Amino acid sequence: MANDVHALVGPYALDALDEGDEQSFEQHLALCERCREELAGLREAAASLAYGAPRAVPPPELKERILAQARAERSNVVPLQRRRSWSAPLAAAAAVAACAAVVLGIWASSLSNSKDPLENVLSKPGSRLVSMGRAGGVAVAPDGTAVLAVAFPPAPSDKTYEAWVIDAGKAKPAGLFRGRAGTSIVELPRRVGSGAVVAVTLERKGGVQQPTSKPLAQSEKVTT
Amino acid sequence: MAGRSRELVRLSDEALLSLVATSDEDALAELYDRFGGIAYGLALRILRDDALAQDAVQEAFLSVWRTADRFLAERARASTWILTLVHRRAVDLVRREDRRRGEPLEAAPEPAASETVEEEATLGFQRRVVQEALRRLPPEQREALELGYYGGLTQSQLAERLDQPLGTIKSRMFTGLARLRELLAQAGLEESFSN
Repeated sequence: MANDVHALVGPYALDALDEGDEQSFEQHLALCERCREELAGLREAAASLAYGAPRAVPPPELKERILAQARAERSNVVPLQRRRSWSAPLAAAAAVAACAAVVLGIWASSLSNSKDPLENVLSKPGSRLVSMGRAGGVAVAPDGTAVLAVAFPPAPSDKTYEAWVIDAGKAKPAGLFRGRAGTSIVELPRRVGSGAVVAVTLERKGGVQQPTSKPLAQSEKVTT
Repeated sequence: MAGRSRELVRLSDEALLSLVATSDEDALAELYDRFGGIAYGLALRILRDDALAQDAVQEAFLSVWRTADRFLAERARASTWILTLVHRRAVDLVRREDRRRGEPLEAAPEPAASETVEEEATLGFQRRVVQEALRRLPPEQREALELGYYGGLTQSQLAERLDQPLGTIKSRMFTGLARLRELLAQAGLEESFSN
């Protein structure tokens, strides 16, 4: 029986399940990491089929209609439609969205500066924002280039904030910063690979080679 | 803000989606510029009706607008996420329409594609690679993918139409997609689809 459910992943990726099967597969998907991984790859292949359809040019008013409708909805509370979320727990998504809002707010306010390190990372294809909870977040490009955007007040004069890249249980120092009123943008001198976590601790001035205190903020696992 | 749109042009699809999650309308417009044409071509292929295809694209982009925050926790590419939403809306509509008519809309000729030279140059390559990859699949797998993805048929409709056991259809869909993925990777297309 369990095998039967696994076998639905191909048709599901093609949106080819009948309603009842679809619901049972989505329940299964929430519990089965293997199917989620498999689905991610199959979805990508399925979506590429869109490029195989004959090209057609949509009428220009379609764009206007979509934007007008989006504008009209903006003032409303974002509806929490449950249907067809792939896998994400809503709470996690909401936390990431809150972080994205903080980071992108900062980014938007610095748009005029084209040397903005945050924009440099965010302009790379596949780059994404990873939440660090209320402190802000870290923008990571697929090549591992990463920029922190976090709000920490100025550190006491004998202390410094230190960033860490934690990979396979090992913390490696990834730069010092002072903190400020508002948000600090910190380019990390170390690459952040898939599966790594970025954290910030408060350390003695000059920094240390291994963290000596619990992180003040820690990112979710980076997936690129 | 013209300066603003010029900046947005440089952002990754994923970063744009993050902005959309903050209700940034310019970012939605930029995503539409990137994917609206592909989305419409796909919807038209499935629905074979201009008004319905526009409905599907509109609903899909409004879903992007409403639920972009959910994408942020996904491991997928933004393009995959968006095109999946478009496909979903289009097959929902085609099935509703089929039910209304009491029979599948089939064997209609493909809509004549109206293409601009510019689009042909940028997108023609991707289309040729996908079509070539499809051609290299074993015919029964290709058929399952085409009738499922472009035809909007469910696995049970397909089993009935081809007079095959359901298990055979499931496995053709799975194997076909897995093989397609390999063929596209070999063609080095992953990069060109990433933006």
